[in-house]
Amino acid sequence: MNDVFRILEQDARKTPEQIATMTGIPVSRVEEAIKKAERDRTILKYKTMLNWDKLGEKQVWALVEVRVVPQRDVGFDAIAERIYRFPEARTVYLVSGAYDLCVLVAGKTMHEVAAFISEKLAPLEGVQGTVTHFLLKTYKEDGEVIDGEEGPRRVPIMP
Amino acid sequence: MKTRTAISKRVRDIPPSGIRRFFDIIASMEGVISLGVGEPDFVTPWHIREAGIYALEKGYTSYTSNYGVLELREELARHIHRHHGLEYDPGCQLLVTVGVSEGVDLALRAILDPGDEVIITDPTYVSYRACVALAGGESVSVPTSVDHEFRVQAEDIEKRITPRTRALLIGYPSNPTGAVLDHEELLRIADVVQRHDLLVISDEVYGRLVYGVEHTCFATLPGMKERTIYLNGFSKAFAMTGWRLGYAAATEEIVEAMMKVHQYTMMCASTMAQMAAIQALREGEPHVQQMVAEYDQRRRVMVKGFNEMGLKCFEPKGAFYAFPSIESTGMTSDEFAERLLLEERVAVIPGSTFGECGEGYVRCCYATSMPEIEEALERMARFARRHQVR
Repeated sequence: MNDVFRILEQDARKTPEQIATMTGIPVSRVEEAIKKAERDRTILKYKTMLNWDKLGEKQVWALVEVRVVPQRDVGFDAIAERIYRFPEARTVYLVSGAYDLCVLVAGKTMHEVAAFISEKLAPLEGVQGTVTHFLLKTYKEDGEVIDGEEGPRRVPIMP
Repeated sequence: MKTRTAISKRVRDIPPSGIRRFFDIIASMEGVISLGVGEPDFVTPWHIREAGIYALEKGYTSYTSNYGVLELREELARHIHRHHGLEYDPGCQLLVTVGVSEGVDLALRAILDPGDEVIITDPTYVSYRACVALAGGESVSVPTSVDHEFRVQAEDIEKRITPRTRALLIGYPSNPTGAVLDHEELLRIADVVQRHDLLVISDEVYGRLVYGVEHTCFATLPGMKERTIYLNGFSKAFAMTGWRLGYAAATEEIVEAMMKVHQYTMMCASTMAQMAAIQALREGEPHVQQMVAEYDQRRRVMVKGFNEMGLKCFEPKGAFYAFPSIESTGMTSDEFAERLLLEERVAVIPGSTFGECGEGYVRCCYATSMPEIEEALERMARFARRHQVR
Protein backbone atom coordinates (compact mmCIF):
# COMPACT_ATOMS: atom_id res chain seq x y z
CA MET A 1 0.00 0.00 0.00
CA ASN A 2 3.01 2.31 0.47
CA ASP A 3 3.25 2.43 -3.33
CA VAL A 4 0.04 4.48 -3.31
CA PHE A 5 1.70 7.11 -1.16
CA ARG A 6 4.96 7.02 -3.10
CA ILE A 7 2.99 7.86 -6.24
CA LEU A 8 1.12 10.68 -4.46
CA GLU A 9 4.36 12.03 -3.03
CA GLN A 10 5.66 12.38 -6.59
CA ASP A 11 2.44 13.77 -8.03
CA ALA A 12 -0.40 14.74 -5.70
CA ARG A 13 -2.76 15.20 -8.65
CA LYS A 14 -2.86 11.51 -9.53
CA THR A 15 -6.43 10.30 -9.13
CA PRO A 16 -7.33 7.13 -7.22
CA GLU A 17 -8.28 5.57 -10.58
CA GLN A 18 -4.85 6.30 -12.04
CA ILE A 19 -3.11 5.03 -8.92
CA ALA A 20 -5.21 1.87 -9.05
CA THR A 21 -4.08 1.24 -12.65
CA MET A 22 -0.46 1.93 -11.82
CA THR A 23 -0.34 -0.37 -8.81
CA GLY A 24 -2.92 -3.01 -9.64
CA ILE A 25 -4.67 -2.31 -6.31
CA PRO A 26 -8.49 -2.03 -6.57
CA VAL A 27 -9.65 1.58 -6.72
CA SER A 28 -11.89 1.22 -3.66
CA ARG A 29 -8.92 0.18 -1.54
CA VAL A 30 -6.82 3.05 -2.86
CA GLU A 31 -9.57 5.53 -1.98
CA GLU A 32 -9.96 4.02 1.46
CA ALA A 33 -6.22 4.18 2.15
CA ILE A 34 -6.03 7.82 1.07
CA LYS A 35 -9.05 8.82 3.19
CA LYS A 36 -7.63 7.11 6.22
CA ALA A 37 -4.24 8.76 5.68
CA GLU A 38 -5.87 12.17 5.37
CA ARG A 39 -7.77 11.62 8.62
CA ASP A 40 -4.82 10.45 10.69
CA ARG A 41 -2.45 13.08 9.25
CA THR A 42 -0.27 10.55 7.45
CA ILE A 43 -1.00 12.82 4.52
CA LEU A 44 -0.33 16.25 6.03
CA LYS A 45 -1.29 18.37 3.08
CA TYR A 46 -1.36 18.58 -0.73
CA LYS A 47 0.59 21.47 -2.13
CA THR A 48 2.50 22.76 -5.13
CA MET A 49 6.23 23.20 -5.51
CA LEU A 50 6.94 26.54 -7.15
CA ASN A 51 9.89 28.36 -8.62
CA TRP A 52 9.01 31.84 -7.33
CA ASP A 53 11.90 33.42 -9.22
CA LYS A 54 10.01 32.72 -12.43
CA LEU A 55 7.00 34.56 -11.08
CA GLY A 56 9.16 37.60 -10.48
CA GLU A 57 8.68 37.40 -6.76
CA LYS A 58 11.87 37.23 -4.74
CA GLN A 59 12.00 35.32 -1.51
CA VAL A 60 14.79 35.58 0.98
CA TRP A 61 15.69 32.51 2.97
CA ALA A 62 18.06 32.09 5.88
CA LEU A 63 19.28 29.01 7.65
CA VAL A 64 19.66 29.91 11.31
CA GLU A 65 21.72 27.86 13.74
CA VAL A 66 20.23 28.28 17.20
CA ARG A 67 21.93 27.26 20.44
CA VAL A 68 19.47 26.88 23.29
CA VAL A 69 19.38 25.79 26.92
CA PRO A 70 17.25 22.67 27.29
CA GLN A 71 14.70 22.90 30.09
CA ARG A 72 13.88 20.45 32.81
CA ASP A 73 11.14 17.91 31.85
CA VAL A 74 10.50 19.30 28.39
CA GLY A 75 14.04 19.31 26.95
CA PHE A 76 14.13 21.17 23.68
CA ASP A 77 10.43 20.82 22.88
CA ALA A 78 9.19 23.92 24.69
CA ILE A 79 11.67 26.28 23.10
CA ALA A 80 11.19 24.63 19.70
CA GLU A 81 7.47 25.25 20.02
CA ARG A 82 8.00 28.90 20.90
CA ILE A 83 10.04 29.20 17.71
CA TYR A 84 7.86 27.22 15.30
CA ARG A 85 4.74 29.17 16.23
CA PHE A 86 6.18 32.12 14.34
CA PRO A 87 5.01 31.83 10.71
CA GLU A 88 8.40 33.19 9.57
CA ALA A 89 10.03 30.00 10.87
CA ARG A 90 9.17 27.73 7.97
CA THR A 91 11.08 24.64 9.01
CA VAL A 92 12.44 23.73 12.43
CA TYR A 93 14.71 20.77 13.13
CA LEU A 94 16.42 19.56 16.29
CA VAL A 95 19.90 18.54 15.20
CA SER A 96 23.01 16.97 16.67
CA GLY A 97 26.34 18.78 16.63
CA ALA A 98 27.59 22.25 17.44
CA TYR A 99 24.13 23.77 17.77
CA ASP A 100 20.68 22.53 18.68
CA LEU A 101 17.95 23.88 16.46
CA CYS A 102 18.17 24.48 12.75
CA VAL A 103 15.56 27.00 11.66
CA LEU A 104 14.75 27.94 8.08
CA VAL A 105 13.35 31.46 7.97
CA ALA A 106 11.68 33.05 4.96
CA GLY A 107 10.80 36.66 4.24
CA LYS A 108 10.35 39.16 1.43
CA THR A 109 13.58 41.07 2.06
CA MET A 110 16.86 40.49 3.79
CA HIS A 111 15.89 43.24 6.19
CA GLU A 112 12.65 41.51 7.10
CA VAL A 113 14.42 38.22 7.80
CA ALA A 114 17.19 39.92 9.79
CA ALA A 115 14.64 41.81 11.83
CA PHE A 116 12.78 38.62 12.69
CA ILE A 117 15.97 36.93 13.84
CA SER A 118 17.32 39.82 15.88
CA GLU A 119 14.04 41.01 17.33
CA LYS A 120 11.99 37.84 17.75
CA LEU A 121 14.16 34.76 17.63
CA ALA A 122 17.44 35.72 19.31
CA PRO A 123 15.90 37.46 22.36
CA LEU A 124 13.76 34.43 23.30
CA GLU A 125 14.43 33.18 26.79
CA GLY A 126 16.61 30.07 26.55
CA VAL A 127 18.23 31.06 23.25
CA GLN A 128 21.95 31.37 23.87
CA GLY A 129 23.04 32.48 20.44
CA THR A 130 22.33 32.34 16.73
CA VAL A 131 24.38 32.12 13.53
CA THR A 132 22.56 33.20 10.37
CA HIS A 133 23.36 31.94 6.87
CA PHE A 134 21.46 33.63 4.06
CA LEU A 135 20.77 31.26 1.18
CA LEU A 136 22.36 32.50 -2.05
CA LYS A 137 21.10 30.04 -4.59
CA THR A 138 18.93 26.94 -4.58
CA TYR A 139 20.22 24.18 -6.82
CA LYS A 140 18.03 21.33 -5.70
CA GLU A 141 15.10 21.17 -3.35
CA ASP A 142 13.35 18.13 -2.01
CA GLY A 143 14.71 15.96 -4.79
CA GLU A 144 13.93 18.40 -7.61
CA VAL A 145 16.72 20.09 -9.52
CA ILE A 146 15.56 23.71 -9.90
CA ASP A 147 16.83 24.26 -13.44
CA GLY A 148 15.48 20.88 -14.48
CA GLU A 149 17.52 17.78 -15.02
CA GLU A 150 18.88 16.84 -18.39
CA GLY A 151 17.03 13.83 -19.76
CA PRO A 152 18.62 11.14 -21.85
CA ARG A 153 19.29 12.10 -25.47
CA ARG A 154 17.78 9.12 -27.19
CA VAL A 155 17.44 8.10 -30.81
CA PRO A 156 13.66 8.15 -31.37
CA ILE A 157 13.47 4.89 -33.32
CA MET A 158 15.54 1.91 -32.33
CA PRO A 159 14.70 -1.77 -32.72
CA MET B 1 34.76 1.88 -64.70
CA LYS B 2 33.70 -0.52 -62.00
CA THR B 3 31.79 -3.53 -63.27
CA ARG B 4 31.42 -5.50 -60.05
CA THR B 5 29.52 -4.48 -56.98
CA ALA B 6 31.80 -3.65 -54.10
CA ILE B 7 29.62 -5.40 -51.59
CA SER B 8 29.81 -9.07 -50.66
CA LYS B 9 26.88 -11.35 -51.37
CA ARG B 10 26.65 -12.14 -47.67
CA VAL B 11 25.99 -8.50 -46.82
CA ARG B 12 23.83 -7.84 -49.87
CA ASP B 13 21.59 -10.71 -48.82
CA ILE B 14 20.78 -9.01 -45.52
CA PRO B 15 17.59 -7.02 -46.11
CA PRO B 16 17.74 -3.31 -45.27
CA SER B 17 16.06 -2.22 -42.05
CA GLY B 18 12.37 -1.52 -42.53
CA ILE B 19 12.29 1.24 -39.95
CA ARG B 20 14.91 3.43 -41.58
CA ARG B 21 12.25 5.53 -43.30
CA PHE B 22 10.57 6.37 -39.99
CA PHE B 23 13.74 8.23 -38.99
CA ASP B 24 13.34 10.49 -41.98
CA ILE B 25 9.67 11.17 -41.26
CA ILE B 26 10.35 11.96 -37.58
CA ALA B 27 13.26 14.21 -38.50
CA SER B 28 10.84 16.39 -40.48
CA MET B 29 8.20 16.60 -37.72
CA GLU B 30 7.78 18.40 -34.42
CA GLY B 31 6.01 17.27 -31.27
CA VAL B 32 6.44 13.57 -31.89
CA ILE B 33 6.08 11.28 -28.88
CA SER B 34 8.22 8.26 -29.48
CA LEU B 35 7.25 4.86 -28.15
CA GLY B 36 9.73 3.52 -30.69
CA VAL B 37 12.80 3.69 -28.51
CA GLY B 38 14.63 0.63 -27.31
CA GLU B 39 16.35 1.89 -24.19
CA PRO B 40 15.64 3.22 -20.71
CA ASP B 41 14.55 6.84 -20.34
CA PHE B 42 16.69 7.17 -17.24
CA VAL B 43 20.15 8.65 -17.46
CA THR B 44 22.77 6.30 -15.97
CA PRO B 45 22.58 6.70 -12.15
CA TRP B 46 24.97 9.41 -11.03
CA HIS B 47 27.21 7.25 -8.85
CA ILE B 48 28.00 5.10 -11.91
CA ARG B 49 28.67 8.12 -14.13
CA GLU B 50 30.84 9.54 -11.38
CA ALA B 51 32.88 6.31 -11.27
CA GLY B 52 33.42 6.65 -15.04
CA ILE B 53 34.63 10.22 -14.62
CA TYR B 54 36.91 9.16 -11.78
CA ALA B 55 38.37 6.40 -13.99
CA LEU B 56 39.26 9.05 -16.57
CA GLU B 57 40.77 11.30 -13.91
CA LYS B 58 42.91 8.43 -12.66
CA GLY B 59 44.14 7.76 -16.17
CA TYR B 60 42.35 4.50 -16.97
CA THR B 61 42.71 5.11 -20.68
CA SER B 62 44.72 2.09 -21.87
CA TYR B 63 43.70 -1.33 -23.18
CA THR B 64 42.56 -3.90 -20.67
CA SER B 65 43.00 -7.68 -20.78
CA ASN B 66 41.15 -9.14 -23.78
CA TYR B 67 38.84 -10.84 -21.31
CA GLY B 68 38.12 -7.54 -19.57
CA VAL B 69 39.33 -5.98 -16.32
CA LEU B 70 39.83 -8.83 -13.82
CA GLU B 71 38.22 -6.83 -11.02
CA LEU B 72 35.07 -6.49 -13.13
CA ARG B 73 35.04 -10.20 -13.98
CA GLU B 74 35.38 -11.06 -10.30
CA GLU B 75 32.52 -8.72 -9.49
CA LEU B 76 30.49 -10.32 -12.31
CA ALA B 77 31.14 -13.81 -10.97
CA ARG B 78 29.81 -12.69 -7.57
CA HIS B 79 26.85 -10.94 -9.20
CA ILE B 80 25.86 -14.02 -11.21
CA HIS B 81 26.26 -16.23 -8.16
CA ARG B 82 24.13 -13.89 -6.06
CA HIS B 83 21.30 -13.76 -8.58
CA HIS B 84 21.37 -17.24 -10.09
CA GLY B 85 23.50 -19.38 -7.78
CA LEU B 86 25.83 -20.23 -10.67
CA GLU B 87 29.62 -20.46 -10.35
CA TYR B 88 31.76 -19.12 -13.18
CA ASP B 89 35.53 -18.82 -12.94
CA PRO B 90 36.36 -15.15 -13.51
CA GLY B 91 39.74 -16.22 -14.90
CA CYS B 92 38.47 -18.23 -17.88
CA GLN B 93 34.69 -18.51 -18.00
CA LEU B 94 33.71 -14.86 -18.28
CA LEU B 95 34.29 -12.42 -21.11
CA VAL B 96 33.48 -8.70 -21.08
CA THR B 97 31.97 -7.69 -24.44
CA VAL B 98 30.99 -4.49 -26.20
CA GLY B 99 27.31 -4.79 -25.37
CA VAL B 100 25.30 -7.98 -25.70
CA SER B 101 25.25 -7.25 -29.44
CA GLU B 102 28.91 -8.18 -29.68
CA GLY B 103 28.28 -11.13 -27.38
CA VAL B 104 25.70 -12.56 -29.81
CA ASP B 105 28.09 -12.14 -32.73
CA LEU B 106 31.03 -13.72 -30.86
CA ALA B 107 28.96 -16.64 -29.66
CA LEU B 108 27.71 -17.42 -33.16
CA ARG B 109 31.10 -17.05 -34.79
CA ALA B 110 32.68 -19.22 -32.12
CA ILE B 111 30.34 -22.17 -32.59
CA LEU B 112 29.09 -22.16 -36.21
CA ASP B 113 30.51 -23.91 -39.23
CA PRO B 114 29.21 -22.90 -42.66
CA GLY B 115 25.66 -24.11 -43.18
CA ASP B 116 24.99 -24.87 -39.51
CA GLU B 117 21.47 -24.07 -38.49
CA VAL B 118 20.45 -21.87 -35.58
CA ILE B 119 16.91 -21.88 -34.30
CA ILE B 120 15.48 -18.46 -33.48
CA THR B 121 11.97 -17.37 -32.60
CA ASP B 122 9.63 -15.26 -34.68
CA PRO B 123 9.15 -12.42 -33.82
CA THR B 124 12.60 -11.81 -32.44
CA TYR B 125 15.17 -9.10 -31.89
CA VAL B 126 16.30 -7.85 -35.30
CA SER B 127 20.00 -8.58 -35.05
CA TYR B 128 19.80 -12.34 -34.47
CA ARG B 129 18.93 -13.30 -38.04
CA ALA B 130 21.59 -11.02 -39.51
CA CYS B 131 24.26 -12.17 -37.05
CA VAL B 132 23.59 -15.82 -37.87
CA ALA B 133 23.95 -15.04 -41.58
CA LEU B 134 27.16 -13.05 -41.02
CA ALA B 135 28.60 -15.98 -39.09
CA GLY B 136 27.91 -18.25 -42.06
CA GLY B 137 24.95 -20.03 -40.51
CA GLU B 138 21.33 -20.46 -41.51
CA SER B 139 18.58 -19.25 -39.22
CA VAL B 140 15.47 -21.34 -38.81
CA SER B 141 12.47 -19.51 -37.37
CA VAL B 142 10.04 -20.99 -34.88
CA PRO B 143 6.75 -19.14 -35.04
CA THR B 144 5.24 -17.88 -31.80
CA SER B 145 1.80 -16.42 -31.38
CA VAL B 146 -0.50 -14.64 -29.01
CA ASP B 147 -2.04 -18.04 -28.10
CA HIS B 148 0.92 -18.52 -25.77
CA GLU B 149 1.54 -14.81 -25.42
CA PHE B 150 4.56 -15.19 -27.72
CA ARG B 151 6.35 -17.69 -25.48
CA VAL B 152 8.18 -20.20 -27.66
CA GLN B 153 7.04 -23.80 -27.12
CA ALA B 154 9.43 -26.74 -26.83
CA GLU B 155 7.47 -28.91 -29.28
CA ASP B 156 7.59 -26.18 -31.93
CA ILE B 157 11.35 -26.00 -31.50
CA GLU B 158 11.72 -29.76 -31.74
CA LYS B 159 9.81 -29.89 -35.04
CA ARG B 160 12.46 -27.71 -36.68
CA ILE B 161 15.53 -29.56 -35.53
CA THR B 162 17.58 -31.18 -38.33
CA PRO B 163 20.98 -32.91 -38.34
CA ARG B 164 22.46 -29.47 -39.11
CA THR B 165 20.95 -27.74 -36.09
CA ARG B 166 23.74 -26.46 -33.89
CA ALA B 167 22.13 -24.08 -31.47
CA LEU B 168 19.08 -22.35 -30.16
CA LEU B 169 19.31 -18.55 -29.88
CA ILE B 170 16.67 -17.07 -27.57
CA GLY B 171 16.12 -13.74 -25.90
CA TYR B 172 13.67 -13.77 -23.02
CA PRO B 173 12.33 -11.49 -21.55
CA SER B 174 11.60 -10.67 -25.15
CA ASN B 175 12.20 -7.68 -27.28
CA PRO B 176 9.73 -7.00 -28.97
CA THR B 177 6.90 -8.81 -27.17
CA GLY B 178 7.70 -8.48 -23.45
CA ALA B 179 7.10 -12.23 -23.07
CA VAL B 180 8.81 -14.15 -20.26
CA LEU B 181 9.17 -17.95 -20.37
CA ASP B 182 7.96 -19.71 -17.26
CA HIS B 183 9.98 -22.35 -15.48
CA GLU B 184 7.96 -25.33 -16.74
CA GLU B 185 8.30 -24.21 -20.34
CA LEU B 186 12.02 -23.71 -19.89
CA LEU B 187 12.40 -27.23 -18.47
CA ARG B 188 10.71 -28.65 -21.56
CA ILE B 189 13.01 -26.62 -23.82
CA ALA B 190 16.04 -27.79 -21.84
CA ASP B 191 14.90 -31.36 -22.35
CA VAL B 192 14.77 -30.87 -26.14
CA VAL B 193 18.21 -29.24 -26.06
CA GLN B 194 19.62 -32.17 -24.13
CA ARG B 195 18.10 -34.86 -26.33
CA HIS B 196 19.30 -33.24 -29.55
CA ASP B 197 22.71 -32.24 -28.20
CA LEU B 198 22.33 -28.54 -28.94
CA LEU B 199 23.95 -25.40 -27.58
CA VAL B 200 21.89 -22.48 -26.32
CA ILE B 201 22.75 -18.83 -26.72
CA SER B 202 20.59 -17.09 -24.14
CA ASP B 203 20.38 -13.31 -24.39
CA GLU B 204 19.08 -12.25 -20.98
CA VAL B 205 19.74 -8.53 -21.19
CA TYR B 206 16.19 -7.84 -19.97
CA GLY B 207 16.48 -10.42 -17.19
CA ARG B 208 16.25 -7.86 -14.40
CA LEU B 209 13.16 -6.24 -15.87
CA VAL B 210 10.37 -8.61 -14.88
CA TYR B 211 7.10 -7.78 -13.19
CA GLY B 212 5.47 -10.07 -10.66
CA VAL B 213 7.27 -13.13 -12.05
CA GLU B 214 10.71 -14.65 -11.60
CA HIS B 215 13.22 -14.66 -14.39
CA THR B 216 14.95 -18.03 -14.76
CA CYS B 217 18.48 -17.93 -16.10
CA PHE B 218 18.70 -20.66 -18.75
CA ALA B 219 22.04 -21.93 -17.46
CA THR B 220 20.43 -22.84 -14.11
CA LEU B 221 18.25 -25.52 -15.71
CA PRO B 222 19.37 -29.13 -15.16
CA GLY B 223 22.30 -30.01 -17.42
CA MET B 224 22.22 -26.64 -19.16
CA LYS B 225 25.20 -24.80 -17.69
CA GLU B 226 27.62 -26.71 -19.94
CA ARG B 227 25.47 -26.06 -23.01
CA THR B 228 24.57 -22.43 -22.45
CA ILE B 229 26.29 -19.28 -23.54
CA TYR B 230 24.77 -16.86 -21.09
CA LEU B 231 24.76 -13.29 -22.39
CA ASN B 232 23.88 -10.25 -20.38
CA GLY B 233 24.84 -6.61 -20.12
CA PHE B 234 24.54 -3.31 -18.34
CA SER B 235 22.38 -1.44 -20.84
CA LYS B 236 18.86 -2.18 -19.68
CA ALA B 237 19.19 -2.92 -15.97
CA PHE B 238 21.55 -0.04 -15.17
CA ALA B 239 20.44 2.35 -17.94
CA MET B 240 23.88 2.20 -19.54
CA THR B 241 23.09 1.68 -23.24
CA GLY B 242 25.62 4.19 -24.56
CA TRP B 243 28.47 2.70 -22.55
CA ARG B 244 28.31 -0.43 -24.72
CA LEU B 245 29.08 -3.05 -22.16
CA GLY B 246 27.99 -6.66 -21.86
CA TYR B 247 29.36 -10.00 -20.78
CA ALA B 248 29.32 -13.65 -21.68
CA ALA B 249 29.55 -16.64 -19.36
CA ALA B 250 30.11 -20.17 -20.63
CA THR B 251 32.51 -23.09 -20.47
CA GLU B 252 36.20 -22.31 -20.64
CA GLU B 253 36.36 -23.85 -24.13
CA ILE B 254 33.64 -21.60 -25.53
CA VAL B 255 34.77 -18.45 -23.73
CA GLU B 256 38.28 -18.97 -25.02
CA ALA B 257 36.96 -19.32 -28.57
CA MET B 258 34.84 -16.20 -28.21
CA MET B 259 37.82 -14.36 -26.75
CA LYS B 260 39.89 -15.35 -29.79
CA VAL B 261 37.42 -13.62 -32.12
CA HIS B 262 37.05 -10.71 -29.71
CA GLN B 263 40.81 -10.12 -29.41
CA TYR B 264 41.25 -9.86 -33.17
CA THR B 265 38.17 -7.79 -33.89
CA MET B 266 37.66 -5.65 -30.79
CA MET B 267 40.71 -6.05 -28.49
CA CYS B 268 38.73 -5.15 -25.40
CA ALA B 269 35.71 -3.25 -24.21
CA SER B 270 36.07 0.43 -23.28
CA THR B 271 38.22 0.75 -20.18
CA MET B 272 36.37 3.58 -18.43
CA ALA B 273 33.05 1.85 -19.11
CA GLN B 274 34.40 -1.25 -17.39
CA MET B 275 35.48 0.80 -14.39
CA ALA B 276 32.01 2.36 -14.17
CA ALA B 277 30.43 -1.09 -14.45
CA ILE B 278 32.28 -2.27 -11.35
CA GLN B 279 30.52 0.50 -9.46
CA ALA B 280 27.19 -0.45 -11.04
CA LEU B 281 27.50 -4.02 -9.77
CA ARG B 282 28.63 -2.97 -6.32
CA GLU B 283 26.08 -0.32 -5.52
CA GLY B 284 23.59 -0.12 -8.37
CA GLU B 285 21.01 -2.53 -7.00
CA PRO B 286 18.69 0.01 -5.30
CA HIS B 287 18.56 1.99 -8.55
CA VAL B 288 17.67 -1.11 -10.54
CA GLN B 289 14.81 -1.84 -8.19
CA GLN B 290 13.58 1.73 -8.32
CA MET B 291 13.59 1.74 -12.12
CA VAL B 292 11.80 -1.61 -12.27
CA ALA B 293 9.10 -0.29 -9.92
CA GLU B 294 8.56 2.70 -12.21
CA TYR B 295 8.45 0.62 -15.38
CA ASP B 296 5.88 -1.62 -13.74
CA GLN B 297 3.54 1.33 -13.10
CA ARG B 298 3.90 2.58 -16.66
CA ARG B 299 3.39 -0.93 -18.03
CA ARG B 300 0.03 -1.23 -16.29
CA VAL B 301 -1.10 2.16 -17.57
CA MET B 302 -0.10 1.37 -21.14
CA VAL B 303 -1.62 -2.11 -21.30
CA LYS B 304 -4.90 -0.92 -19.81
CA GLY B 305 -4.96 2.01 -22.23
CA PHE B 306 -4.54 -0.24 -25.27
CA ASN B 307 -7.20 -2.67 -24.18
CA GLU B 308 -9.65 0.17 -23.51
CA MET B 309 -9.14 1.61 -27.00
CA GLY B 310 -9.78 -1.76 -28.62
CA LEU B 311 -6.15 -2.65 -29.38
CA LYS B 312 -6.07 -6.01 -27.67
CA CYS B 313 -2.94 -6.36 -25.60
CA PHE B 314 -1.82 -9.33 -23.49
CA GLU B 315 0.03 -8.55 -20.29
CA PRO B 316 3.77 -8.42 -20.98
CA LYS B 317 5.67 -9.70 -17.94
CA GLY B 318 9.13 -8.45 -18.83
CA ALA B 319 11.39 -5.99 -20.70
CA PHE B 320 9.74 -2.59 -21.33
CA TYR B 321 7.59 -3.28 -24.34
CA ALA B 322 3.89 -3.77 -24.88
CA PHE B 323 2.86 -5.58 -28.06
CA PRO B 324 -0.77 -4.72 -28.82
CA SER B 325 -2.70 -6.23 -31.71
CA ILE B 326 -3.81 -3.71 -34.31
CA GLU B 327 -6.07 -6.19 -36.07
CA SER B 328 -9.16 -4.14 -35.24
CA THR B 329 -7.97 -1.35 -37.55
CA GLY B 330 -7.62 -3.65 -40.54
CA MET B 331 -4.20 -2.18 -41.31
CA THR B 332 -0.86 -3.88 -41.70
CA SER B 333 1.51 -3.04 -38.89
CA ASP B 334 3.67 -1.01 -41.24
CA GLU B 335 0.69 0.98 -42.45
CA PHE B 336 -0.52 1.48 -38.89
CA ALA B 337 2.85 2.79 -37.71
CA GLU B 338 3.21 5.19 -40.63
CA ARG B 339 -0.32 6.59 -40.43
CA LEU B 340 -0.17 6.90 -36.64
CA LEU B 341 3.04 8.89 -36.98
CA LEU B 342 1.69 11.15 -39.71
CA GLU B 343 -1.79 11.66 -38.26
CA GLU B 344 -1.13 11.71 -34.51
CA ARG B 345 2.64 12.11 -34.19
CA VAL B 346 3.20 8.99 -32.17
CA ALA B 347 6.05 6.71 -33.20
CA VAL B 348 5.78 2.95 -32.69
CA ILE B 349 7.63 0.07 -34.36
CA PRO B 350 5.74 -2.21 -36.76
CA GLY B 351 5.70 -5.79 -35.43
CA SER B 352 6.67 -7.06 -38.88
CA THR B 353 10.13 -5.55 -38.33
CA PHE B 354 10.76 -8.44 -35.95
CA GLY B 355 9.52 -11.23 -38.22
CA GLU B 356 6.43 -12.43 -40.06
CA CYS B 357 4.69 -13.45 -36.86
CA GLY B 358 4.92 -9.85 -35.65
CA GLU B 359 2.56 -8.76 -38.43
CA GLY B 360 -0.66 -7.41 -36.96
CA TYR B 361 1.12 -6.01 -33.89
CA VAL B 362 3.16 -2.94 -33.01
CA ARG B 363 5.90 -2.61 -30.41
CA CYS B 364 5.39 0.21 -27.94
CA CYS B 365 8.09 1.04 -25.41
CA TYR B 366 6.94 2.20 -21.98
CA ALA B 367 10.40 3.40 -20.95
CA THR B 368 8.96 6.87 -21.45
CA SER B 369 7.77 9.38 -18.86
CA MET B 370 4.25 8.93 -17.51
CA PRO B 371 2.93 12.24 -18.91
CA GLU B 372 4.22 11.24 -22.35
CA ILE B 373 2.65 7.80 -22.10
CA GLU B 374 -0.67 9.35 -21.10
CA GLU B 375 -0.54 11.82 -23.98
CA ALA B 376 0.48 9.09 -26.45
CA LEU B 377 -2.42 6.92 -25.29
CA GLU B 378 -4.87 9.77 -25.84
CA ARG B 379 -3.59 10.31 -29.36
CA MET B 380 -3.66 6.61 -30.13
CA ALA B 381 -7.20 6.24 -28.78
CA ARG B 382 -8.30 9.02 -31.13
CA PHE B 383 -6.55 7.24 -34.00
CA ALA B 384 -8.08 3.87 -33.11
CA ARG B 385 -11.60 5.38 -32.92
CA ARG B 386 -11.16 6.86 -36.40
CA HIS B 387 -9.93 3.65 -37.93
CA GLN B 388 -11.81 0.92 -36.10
CA VAL B 389 -13.28 -1.49 -38.65
CA ARG B 390 -14.80 -3.91 -36.19
